[in-house]
Amino acid sequence: MSNRRSRQSSSAPRISDDQMIDLVTKLRQILPEIGQRRRSDKVSASKVLQETCNYIRNLNREVNNLSERLSQLLESVDEDSPEAAVIRSLLM
Amino acid sequence: MASLISDIEPPTSTTTDLVRRKKRSSVSSAASSSTTAGSVSSESHARWRSEKQQRIYSAKLIQALQQVRLNSSAATSSSPTAQKRGKAVREAADRALAVSARGRTLWSRAILANRIKLKFRKQKRPRRTTKIPSITTVVNSSNRSRKRRVSVLRLNKKSIPDVNRKVRVLGRLVPGCGKQSVPVILEEATDYIQALEMQVRAMNSLVQLLSSYGSAPPPI
Repeated sequence: MSNRRSRQSSSAPRISDDQMIDLVTKLRQILPEIGQRRRSDKVSASKVLQETCNYIRNLNREVNNLSERLSQLLESVDEDSPEAAVIRSLLM
Repeated sequence: MASLISDIEPPTSTTTDLVRRKKRSSVSSAASSSTTAGSVSSESHARWRSEKQQRIYSAKLIQALQQVRLNSSAATSSSPTAQKRGKAVREAADRALAVSARGRTLWSRAILANRIKLKFRKQKRPRRTTKIPSITTVVNSSNRSRKRRVSVLRLNKKSIPDVNRKVRVLGRLVPGCGKQSVPVILEEATDYIQALEMQVRAMNSLVQLLSSYGSAPPPI
């Protein structure tokens, strides 16, 4: 097990800088434009990674909020009404 | 609204699309090794942003939500709090998202695998509570081994370079990428972000649809 971990730590220098730069630029393109003010190469990888982590946390939080709202809506529709019939046909 | 109803049609078209995408990826991989990563990510880039993918996901989401509704209505004995219901919906949405990924990414496979693991763990818990005297010894040894493991992990966690530390944090955020190498984590993160964005868009439109139905009074 320790051998595997030492191999993992030694794999870091094997990653070429070009590969790193490619992946980080791809991340930058995906991130929302607020974090993309400078289009030059001077944006540090560390900042891009920080923005990525924040963005993922924001997205997760949004999905959680939306799922709570969805669950409330699904609960509230549980009635014998024409709306429920329509939604049931949708949920088929 | 009509688009959602027409969702049930696409299964045949998706298979042909997948065949076309596989042919595209094979052609691009034949070109050069350096552009394969680019082609895969640009493929995924286009894939999660396409309307078709969103419609496919919405259809799967609706099916999953219907099952959640059936389960919650069946288990009326357990008092489902708002949080539990929200979590059930979130899990169903994540599962649908992972299935839409077609098993090509690590995070999607991890999401699907974790649910099975959780089911097994829930079954094992009641058995452990019966063996009380033996648990203390087990816990002590596991604590010692945990301390040893933590110290080894700190040495190998690349704490010196700041970038690598942030990549590790990112790896913990993306499901299933806790112990992966740096390029794998970055690639999985790009796909995961795009999938999450699509999930947000799909759930937003579904919420709008349901709330518009709820607010409109039925004609008498």
